[in-house]
Amino acid sequence: MNPESVAHKKNNKRFIEYFAKGVPAFSAYALIILIILMLAHFIWHGLPGLSWAFLTEAPRNNNTEGGIFPAIYGTVILVFIMSLLGVPIGTATAVYLSEYAKQSSIFARSVRFGVNTLAGVPSIVFGLFGVGFFMQFIGKGIDTTLGSDIWSKPSLLWSAATLSVLTLPVVIVSVEEALRTVPHELRAASLALGATKWQTIWKVVLPNSLTGILTGSILAIGRGAGEVAPVIFVGAVYSLPELPSSLTDQFMHMGYHIYVLATQSPNAAEALPLQYSSTLVLLLLAFSLNITAGLIRMRIRKNNS
Amino acid sequence: MAQFLHKKRPKSQIITEFLAEWGIRVTASFSIVIIFLIFIFVFREAGGLIFGTAKELKPKVEKNIEGADDLKPEIYNPETGEIVTIKEPKSTSTKKKEKKSIWENLAGDIWQPVGKEPKYGIMPLLLGTLKVTLVALFLATPLSIFAAIYSAFFATRRLREWIKPTVEILAGFPSVVLGFFCLVTIVKGVNFITTFIQPGLDAFASGLGTIMPFADTFFREAFTISEFHYSSFVGGIGLGLAVIPIIFTITEDALSAVPKSYREASLALGASEWETAFKVMLPAALPGVVAAVLLGIGRAFGETMIALMATGNAALMSWNIFHPVRTLAATIGSETGEVQWGSLHYNILFFLGILLFIVSFTINAITELFVKKYLAKKFQGA
Repeated sequence: MNPESVAHKKNNKRFIEYFAKGVPAFSAYALIILIILMLAHFIWHGLPGLSWAFLTEAPRNNNTEGGIFPAIYGTVILVFIMSLLGVPIGTATAVYLSEYAKQSSIFARSVRFGVNTLAGVPSIVFGLFGVGFFMQFIGKGIDTTLGSDIWSKPSLLWSAATLSVLTLPVVIVSVEEALRTVPHELRAASLALGATKWQTIWKVVLPNSLTGILTGSILAIGRGAGEVAPVIFVGAVYSLPELPSSLTDQFMHMGYHIYVLATQSPNAAEALPLQYSSTLVLLLLAFSLNITAGLIRMRIRKNNS
Repeated sequence: MAQFLHKKRPKSQIITEFLAEWGIRVTASFSIVIIFLIFIFVFREAGGLIFGTAKELKPKVEKNIEGADDLKPEIYNPETGEIVTIKEPKSTSTKKKEKKSIWENLAGDIWQPVGKEPKYGIMPLLLGTLKVTLVALFLATPLSIFAAIYSAFFATRRLREWIKPTVEILAGFPSVVLGFFCLVTIVKGVNFITTFIQPGLDAFASGLGTIMPFADTFFREAFTISEFHYSSFVGGIGLGLAVIPIIFTITEDALSAVPKSYREASLALGASEWETAFKVMLPAALPGVVAAVLLGIGRAFGETMIALMATGNAALMSWNIFHPVRTLAATIGSETGEVQWGSLHYNILFFLGILLFIVSFTINAITELFVKKYLAKKFQGA
């Protein structure tokens, strides 16, 4: 091989190396800059309209004035009921997966498969499920037995139930992670003192993973608050004269509010400033929840390492 | 000794133990049960179509002149009498044709569910979904895989601790916010850019035409800029934003899970860092990367709000990515709220839901059963 071709090859290689390292770096930086720009965009446009009145008043004049209090209220109530329904089930499933299940058993593997599948089902399908199962089956069942006609209608309860099914995987995954960080010695010590398995779980394992359960609920709430597609047909409405006062009432929802304003507003240009503010509120809600969960998680990991 | 301890346990404790364990087992089965319930109940609501029991599908026999078609939309027309007279001459042969035609109707290429003669062709919806998903993947896959490679191999530790949470912020964006973002900024950006790139696209198309004549026309058909504001391209960018965090996170995890010994061995053999990254680590983590892309497809395929807000929602039969599209999910999202409950249209919307569910289930089953098993086998010895 003559030295010239070696040098050429080396040059070539350097050129490839330049690309092979440059393209990933460019992608990573581009991605980060893009995300920061997006955040900046929403803060820049949304911040001026944000005020105490905006958070506490009802919308007026086709959403060109006033605030979004009913939407915030509806969303908060919705995710609250959702976590009441979903967190216990999610926690129990996580307890099964981490404490009872033999990892190789068919049942445990199918539960895991079910959880993963559930996480991948499109959110709109959950909406259809909410209609088909909660409203048309359970709701109608209640109605026919009680002779009423309110349960088979779109409502806060069915929306919360639909969302709790949707966020179940989030709860399960993060609670299971927390249960696994509880040191084995604690379980062994409890069992050695004569406690039964359930006593150990109830009095030792669960209290020690309380923060993990909290993280799971917070993450689920963050996810549930942002989901619009599942609640379109099961209870969210664009405007309401009064705040919802019972489980069978319909409710206003922040995400749905943003969607309708963006696509069906009669005077979109005038409503835009307030819409940006609504978006910012939704983003702040979602992020503050996510960040809180992240911080708790980090603390758990640090405590256990 | 053990026996002795066992005897000392009060009966109530044993019962509690038993109940607790089985209570938890039963609750754990919820995740499986729900999957079945979703399938059963979405299927049930689509039943009118699948079992042919929808009112619209029943053969129109003579007795339906009065009474039987009380619930048919036609009866609400002011010219009820006329409709009845129109229907009477329909002979048995046309009845049969009508009965058969619903599946042909579904396979048609016009989606026009409202009107005197509703057309339920789902082809434009499938094509639209495919187009948006492809655009989203073409944009998101390279960007997120390269970024993941950077984060896993080239970035300093400090930088890496910044990259991951930042991408997780993107994952925290509710999809309705991403849709809104498309609506207010990306549309403008795309319209601005496309006026510049059309000459370039044309030149590329003619260049392609000299090599492959067929490709030229197809390329022109697929990439001619149109005057529409909302298109599968705009929606695809929005969906790409939703998909990026998924592909990035899973790829990053897969790359980081490759045993360090691989990297050390490769470096010790004299390979440079990028060679190690691209020729050793990336192939080793390939199943994980495939899983990431598959799950990304699943997300893009079923995403509703972004598609609803940014794609224009017109069910066109066109390959042009700059034309508006209507995706399956967006169709369900926009029409289920307004449809007459229990009607054929309602059944068909649930049928579309089943399609979405089956696709997502299949994708998940592939990643779960095939890809992960492969990954586990590969690293078991390592």
